[in-house]
Amino acid sequence: MASSVNAATVIFYVFAAWAVVSAVLCITRSNALTSALWLVSTMFALAAIFVILQAQFIAAIQVLVYAGAVMVLFLFVIMLLNLEVVPHNWRQRYGWVVGIGLAAVLGATLVSLKDYTPERLAREISTMPGTVDPRLVFPEGSALASATATQGAVGSVAQPLFQGYLVPFEITSVLLLAAVVGAVVLAKKKL
Amino acid sequence: MLLGPSLALSAVLFVLGVAGVLIRRNAIVVFMSVELMLNAVNLTFVALAQVHGVSGQIMVFFVMTVAAAEAAVGLAIILAIFRHTQSVDLAQINLLKG
Repeated sequence: MASSVNAATVIFYVFAAWAVVSAVLCITRSNALTSALWLVSTMFALAAIFVILQAQFIAAIQVLVYAGAVMVLFLFVIMLLNLEVVPHNWRQRYGWVVGIGLAAVLGATLVSLKDYTPERLAREISTMPGTVDPRLVFPEGSALASATATQGAVGSVAQPLFQGYLVPFEITSVLLLAAVVGAVVLAKKKL
Repeated sequence: MLLGPSLALSAVLFVLGVAGVLIRRNAIVVFMSVELMLNAVNLTFVALAQVHGVSGQIMVFFVMTVAAAEAAVGLAIILAIFRHTQSVDLAQINLLKG
């Protein structure tokens, strides 16, 4: 048991380093096409991390929808526009100072949240009146693992999706329809 | 479990996405940085779903759906802007600047 935990931890850190390096390269490459391909690399690394975090179905959807459909859309638009590569395609110096400064402030804020433990979060959610179904809050850590063991990776996600979250799920289809119509109206030259 | 390292990785990726939005001038790369931030938040949802139940993973579904819709509409807007200005440089899109 201990060796398997260690293996999962090692694999996690390998993919975490992969994701961070790919993300840094994604935001620093001057060619938009290179940036898009490094973002695909980040998404693959995140999919592997999702598997380690016991979200196998989400990992498959991540590869299919994000790395597949959404990024193909990005690559289509980049190639359609056929932009020339500008060597200094960056903001001016004050933009750099403001950008790095704001990002550093945000990072410091996130670091200061490190003593926000899972136990505290569970307690706050459990005592919150009426917003969350208490049966969906698991105080102990192995609840998702047991649900996956009894219902399978897809079943444990599908059951709440088609029961408790059925109405938001159906509203999502209206959102997608609106997005399709909006994209066609915006992108078409002459209606 | 790896809850703490996952949340730390999520914070790092989110900050990288914010930095990308703030320092890049290419509208498409800015858009991809927004996608990076959405991915970081998805990682937070998945990591906390281990402790707080599978509804965190359901939220990831909805985030992915909204991201797909946003990508379609946003790229259509970028295409429309490119037809007007022959550029996706955010510094040159200043029509509404006072």
